[in-house]
Amino acid sequence: MKSWELRTAAVTAFVLLVVIPCLNVFTEPGFAFHVSDFTINLYGKYLCYAILAISVDFLWGYTGLLSLGQALFFSLGGYMMGMYLMRMIGDLGQYHKPIPDFLVFLGWSELPAFWRPFSSFPFAMSMACLIPGLLALVFGYLAFRSRIRGVYFSILTQALTYGACLLFFRNSLLLGGNNGFTDFKFVLGHDLRSPATQRGLFMATALALVLVYTGCRWLSRTKFGLVQRAIRDSENRVLFSGYAAANYKLFAFVVSALIASLGGVLYAPQVGIINPSEMAPEKSLEAVVWVAVGGRGTLIGPVIGAIGVNALKSWATRAYPDMWLLILGTLFVLVTIFLPKGIVGLAAHLRTFLRRRFKPRDGEGDCDTLATPAQEEPLVNPK
Amino acid sequence: MSQRIFILALEGVNKTFEGYKAISDLNFYMDPGELRVVIGPNGAGKSTMLDLITGRTRPDTGRIEFESKTDLTNSSEYQINRMGIGRKFQTPSVYVFHTVFENVLLSLKGARGVFASLVHRTSEQERRRIHEVLATVGLESRAGWKAGALSHGQKQWLEIGMLLAQDPKLLLVDEPAAGMTDEETHKTGELLLSLEGRHSILVIEHDMTFVRQLARKVTVLHQGNVLCEGTVDQVQNDERVKEVYLGRKKRDKQPLSC
Repeated sequence: MKSWELRTAAVTAFVLLVVIPCLNVFTEPGFAFHVSDFTINLYGKYLCYAILAISVDFLWGYTGLLSLGQALFFSLGGYMMGMYLMRMIGDLGQYHKPIPDFLVFLGWSELPAFWRPFSSFPFAMSMACLIPGLLALVFGYLAFRSRIRGVYFSILTQALTYGACLLFFRNSLLLGGNNGFTDFKFVLGHDLRSPATQRGLFMATALALVLVYTGCRWLSRTKFGLVQRAIRDSENRVLFSGYAAANYKLFAFVVSALIASLGGVLYAPQVGIINPSEMAPEKSLEAVVWVAVGGRGTLIGPVIGAIGVNALKSWATRAYPDMWLLILGTLFVLVTIFLPKGIVGLAAHLRTFLRRRFKPRDGEGDCDTLATPAQEEPLVNPK
Repeated sequence: MSQRIFILALEGVNKTFEGYKAISDLNFYMDPGELRVVIGPNGAGKSTMLDLITGRTRPDTGRIEFESKTDLTNSSEYQINRMGIGRKFQTPSVYVFHTVFENVLLSLKGARGVFASLVHRTSEQERRRIHEVLATVGLESRAGWKAGALSHGQKQWLEIGMLLAQDPKLLLVDEPAAGMTDEETHKTGELLLSLEGRHSILVIEHDMTFVRQLARKVTVLHQGNVLCEGTVDQVQNDERVKEVYLGRKKRDKQPLSC
């Protein structure tokens, strides 16, 4: 990991956690650098996507597993949070009953048993870890034990999320059917419509992102990280070196599911709705595009990609509503062909170029192509 | 009858791939500490034999015994490796984005579990051992390089170093000299000879000059079976071997009839 990446990350964290909330609170709407409540809410959503993007990259860029089902774990987190938020509506719903509106609509007069514990925030949060974590554990165990690799793994994960999507569309699952959950009122006693609550959620998301980033960075620097990337580059060598590669992949898959779920937990209250369309296969594909655009195999890349592509999306869907998917597809193709290392790779190239241009005598470029010996600090100091 | 211990014994091993008999009733024995060279024409079953020993494929019938006590046929690749069998692939298989040092670190004997890897800290002893291994294969000055930046021959040596770091009882080396210059080939030969005695080594090779340099017991495989065994000279003078492998006699050459 290069020091400039760490510096960028530190500055980004400071801006997200301190500067933006301050600009929102302490400046007036007329001020040039004022950050509106709308923007806070919008970027809060993007940061959730950034967490999802890291979870994709942790598997794809670091372990070599392209999962096309990460949106499933994201949505499951969202649903667990959603169930808690639905309980917090109390009897303020359209029907003024103590149970969620859609249950009244389905003819229920009291709460189904499995809904009851979700009035407790800690319970909902433990479910947000347990359910995606267990699903990833079971699915991953079966897939990796059977040596399912490459494109087959991608197809299976996509089938998994599609299957779950169809399942969640059913009303009989008692999770809101195709409408999912919406009309949330309170989170932990705070009114979700108040700017202060939204700002708090934004800051919580920013903090979560910083923690996820730091955690993944730590993991990538342990021996686990070395094995993880070794599996990506030469799984056979890893197997023939005595490592049970399947266990490493399983661990990475579960960790990544938990990260995605955390993103979903924070997503539901900020967007105000969670429904099965969040699990649709194209949602996972979009997340893969964010990672590719930002820069696969780095941790800052997915964050840049998720925020950048979504900012582009919210502009493009207003300016050219019918063209968005074409724009996204074109972007993906162009990046894949011309920027295989994404925006982060482009930045690194520019730095090398500028350094060579302006310091011709300084022999050390930090272009990390294969042809040059590693200039960056090795993960383990060989000294 | 004395209870002779073999480091490796294959008995009555058969393996068929979709009707093609790759290994046919193969019997093969290796003594502890031995350096053995296996030669044979293309398709003789040399690499399949290594695949069978290392658990990559399973034999249809037969036994593969390690140290005359453990049957390998039901273990997976990593379990077999942990018993003390290291394998070098034909094409260099190193982690090109890891440094040379990290490549060896990952192969170093020690805990292999996920949780052990999370809390692992490279000890001074491990560092010393890694530098020792790198010195043995002549790559000490390259410790901080990315393995992808090494030359082909250096990558082959690094992989041999990675095997040594595991401190295996049995090394399986698949065509180490492939793609090397004569000088590199010679160095590789010296490296393997220097390991003789401390490890049992099975080398698969095509290059007869290299086989001569190793000058040990040679086993010739043909159509998945042992054609003959002996010294290089014995083998080279064997009529059957000449026929199948060491340049067919001119008069035997017939146009392919299909």
